[in-house]
Amino acid sequence: MGLPADVETTGATPLEILIQRARELLPEEGVITDRARLRTYECDGLAHYRVTPALVVIPETAEQLAGIVRCCAEQQIPYVARGSGTGLSGGSLPHAEGVLVVTSRLRAIKEVRRDDQRAVVEPGVINLDVTRASTPDGYYYAPDPSSQQVCSIGGNVAENSGGAHCLKYGFTTNHVLAAEFVTAEGEQVRLGGDAPDSPGYDLLGAVVGSEGTLGIVTEVTVRLVRLPEKVVTLLVGFDSTDRAGAAVSAIIAAGIVPAAIEMMDALAIEAAEAAVACNYPDGAGAVLVIELDGPATEVDAEYADVVRLCEETGAFELRTAQTPEERVLIWKGRKSAFAAVGRISPDYIVQDGVIPRTALPEVLRAIADLSERSGVRVANVFHAGDGNLHPLVLFDDAVPGAGEAAEAVSRGILDLCLQHGGSITGEHGVGADKAAHMPKMYAAEDLDTMQLIRCAFDPDRISNPGKVFPTPRLCGERPGRRQGAHPLQEAGVAEVF
Amino acid sequence: MTDMDIRQMGAFDEHHPPDSDLLGDCVHCGFCLPTCPTYVLWGEEMDSPRGRLYLMKEGLEGEPMSDSMVQHWDSCLGCMSCVTACPSGVRYDTLIEQTRAQVERNHRRTPKEKALRALIFSIFPHPKRLRAMRGPLKLLQRTGLDRRLRSTGLLDRMAPHLAAMERLAPTITDADPLPELMPAVGERRASVGMLTGCVQGAFFPGVNAATARVLAAEGCDVVIPPSQGCCGALSVHNGREEEAQTYARRIIDTFEDAGVDHIVINAAGCGSTLKDYARLLADDPAYAAKAEAFEAKVRDIAEILDELGPVAERHPLDLTIAYHDACHLAHAQGVRSQPRALLRGIPGVELREIAEGEICCGSAGIYNILNPEPARELGERKARNIVATGAEVLVTANPGCLLQVASSIAAQGHRLGMAHLVEVLDASISGSSPEELRTRTI
Ligand SMILES: Cc1cc2nc3c(=O)[nH]c(=O)nc-3n(C[C@H](O)[C@H](O)[C@H](O)COP(=O)(O)OP(=O)(O)OC[C@H]3O[C@@H](n4cnc5c(N)ncnc54)[C@H](O)[C@@H]3O)c2cc1C
Ligand code: SF4
Ligand code: SF4
Repeated sequence: MGLPADVETTGATPLEILIQRARELLPEEGVITDRARLRTYECDGLAHYRVTPALVVIPETAEQLAGIVRCCAEQQIPYVARGSGTGLSGGSLPHAEGVLVVTSRLRAIKEVRRDDQRAVVEPGVINLDVTRASTPDGYYYAPDPSSQQVCSIGGNVAENSGGAHCLKYGFTTNHVLAAEFVTAEGEQVRLGGDAPDSPGYDLLGAVVGSEGTLGIVTEVTVRLVRLPEKVVTLLVGFDSTDRAGAAVSAIIAAGIVPAAIEMMDALAIEAAEAAVACNYPDGAGAVLVIELDGPATEVDAEYADVVRLCEETGAFELRTAQTPEERVLIWKGRKSAFAAVGRISPDYIVQDGVIPRTALPEVLRAIADLSERSGVRVANVFHAGDGNLHPLVLFDDAVPGAGEAAEAVSRGILDLCLQHGGSITGEHGVGADKAAHMPKMYAAEDLDTMQLIRCAFDPDRISNPGKVFPTPRLCGERPGRRQGAHPLQEAGVAEVF
Repeated sequence: MTDMDIRQMGAFDEHHPPDSDLLGDCVHCGFCLPTCPTYVLWGEEMDSPRGRLYLMKEGLEGEPMSDSMVQHWDSCLGCMSCVTACPSGVRYDTLIEQTRAQVERNHRRTPKEKALRALIFSIFPHPKRLRAMRGPLKLLQRTGLDRRLRSTGLLDRMAPHLAAMERLAPTITDADPLPELMPAVGERRASVGMLTGCVQGAFFPGVNAATARVLAAEGCDVVIPPSQGCCGALSVHNGREEEAQTYARRIIDTFEDAGVDHIVINAAGCGSTLKDYARLLADDPAYAAKAEAFEAKVRDIAEILDELGPVAERHPLDLTIAYHDACHLAHAQGVRSQPRALLRGIPGVELREIAEGEICCGSAGIYNILNPEPARELGERKARNIVATGAEVLVTANPGCLLQVASSIAAQGHRLGMAHLVEVLDASISGSSPEELRTRTI
């Protein structure tokens, strides 16, 4: 790839050229090269993977961002997008020779169009801020990851994030209508449109959940949902996860789709209690947080059914939030649970796997077995309604071997999910962490097909390389045939695993 | 390992480096980011709590103390909003104080920075000198500032701050000195010692007088030792550990002699420091135990009034009030519900919440003098949110906050009454008209 004419090429390395270009394009404080500062960006929410990036840029406009990507393409420098850095799969883990493109200054809510039920936002806008901006008009943004107070919409799009209320309302992908997108060649394109569906291939659909491997989203049009007429939040205590699981199955089987059904086991309750004093039922082996929303008459009818079903399956305590404050406190316990585990264990791994809901009791028992056999504690928090488990594997890194033991348990849990016909990730993404698990879930042909799509967007593989795919193969290579070494591989330019 | 080895290994020396166990509590979840005022302003990891903690960790891991590290720690307002937000219980307050003391010892500041800091610390913790500054511009001009000082830009930076103080406290007719004892009205329910504070004492003597009256009305014998000195808050927040310890010992001695049940403070910034004396003096065998006993007695005025429960009659005040959480009260001491409950206890008062209530107003001790730009931006943001409530009176519990938002509100061309919580209670108990509070504008 040729160098552009306007850049001095006298002996400067590609990185130096990029830095010079970044300084021309961005305000001074938007270009970070100082080592101590660079290091604060070396990890995301999965802090045990760390790589110091060669350069960090914080653009203030989509044009600046596109200019940086263009220069990366010219200079063949890998880049990684980063929003709020809360990802739990190492998705925004930097590249040592690459640039980290941070969207935290692209945070304007450009429009809230009440009548169209749309908001147009920049990628660095915090998820909860979209809701805050639209509630005065009677609307909100439905996908609500537990990290909603901090994670960015760009990160949500990249991870196709979900949350407690996605059971009823769907994941990010169901709420994104259009996006401005910077391709790996630095071109600014528009995907999707205002209409609910666009003809032709669903390119927007491909970008949602692509974890930054296809390019960087610079503007997102999201759907806003009408605030429900009535919301009822219940906190239900059971003496075991088996009973709580039975209640979940009974509720769904009765044809009720609650806005959310979340389960926490005893250890997770202990952590949340220590963090936010949420006052969950004493001595509970499991709690369910159940939320019903919609038109008042419908909610009232469902409420009566849910109460009855919980009692029939053995609930020993049932509380209904009477005030908005009580509702917030019930949710606070659930939403702080991950980070709160820091209170009961020095280190932990947040796992994310999916199983068919019906397999819940069985898988939970198997996890308990695994935990007992290995002596590694596991706290369970999950979106029970759609079978998305978040086991928290606790360990103390200061104890030799504890980290490895925890890793083994964590991997074992994923295997359990796969054995039961589930998936290796529900919402946290594959990132750097689970790339190695992809072949367990997909055949080589499936992965090859995904690679073809990736190559169509990013032929040089500079957009978040090394994530998602276990075998980052070359785009020129014909899928399915791995014979001998590729010439580039022989030349040491690229690797084929 | 020798002192030198450690210093060569990283940013910190061996005298209380940031505690690695406490740092280990940070799980890097980022929940603290959106409540951090500097992150809200600049959107950079290094100027977020998570980033500042990471810089500490880098320092422990062997990175030398660089100018950039210090710059990011310096720009922390110490508002402790991150402590409230953190689900993992990270003690950022302790960690940043440990770090600041290290910075003061191990980082070479430029002569200009040094001069600015030296001047501030020769004025602020000294009530008398501070009072003398009330005619600040005149004074600064008359004392024949030499050119070096002028080059620090101090005059420019202090001027708005002091000018605001002046405007805000127009009634400072060297208020009658407080008596050493104000006896309880009616049945005696407690004996309390009252701290008068530096800025509070110098610029808002009315607040101290109101505090004493309200306490007495609620059945407290109020002991007010005359020469108390500074509590050391500014010194602690700026890494001047030894200076802070000296102040703390003096305060402890003073109040030990007074023999009271509780020690009451009406300035949030001082309160959070008083409640941390045990840690400040932990290494001093002569004072460690005394400091613990002292700390256990300290109460913010809102806490003590809430604990005691009202006995004095509240007369109605027809007022809409916006209550502003001072960071050092809400975040550092967790006092949020008590002031609101006390205000709601006054018939006629309508309380309004301020949007983005958890974000600092930019005052933060002397932060607004050392970092005028971000302080101004935060002040403007806060002022907009306050004005949007449409309330008639702004109530808070910290003198610095009042000074800070007063000038921003005025700059935006709005008028709002401003009062300390106790002044509102005092007005209600004494049955005075709400008009006075409503018109106490700047
Ligand atoms: C305590 C805690 C709880 C969580 N709970 C949930 C939960 O309930 N549900 C859930 O789904 N997730 C959850 N997460 C994970 C995480 O918050 C989400 O994955 C979130 O969407 C990440 O957003 P971010 O802004 O932090 O992105 P980052 O972590 O910065 O980046 C995540 C990925 O997105 C890419 N990316 C970021 N911005 C862009 C962009 N503009 N264009 C293209 N790619 C981009 C990055 O390259 C990376 O691959 C939780 C995390 C934590 C720490
Ligand atoms: S104390 Fe305030 S300014 Fe400092 S890091 Fe915490 S939130 Fe930010
Ligand atoms: S909220 Fe607490 S644990 Fe999370 S990043 Fe901030 S300080 Fe660390």
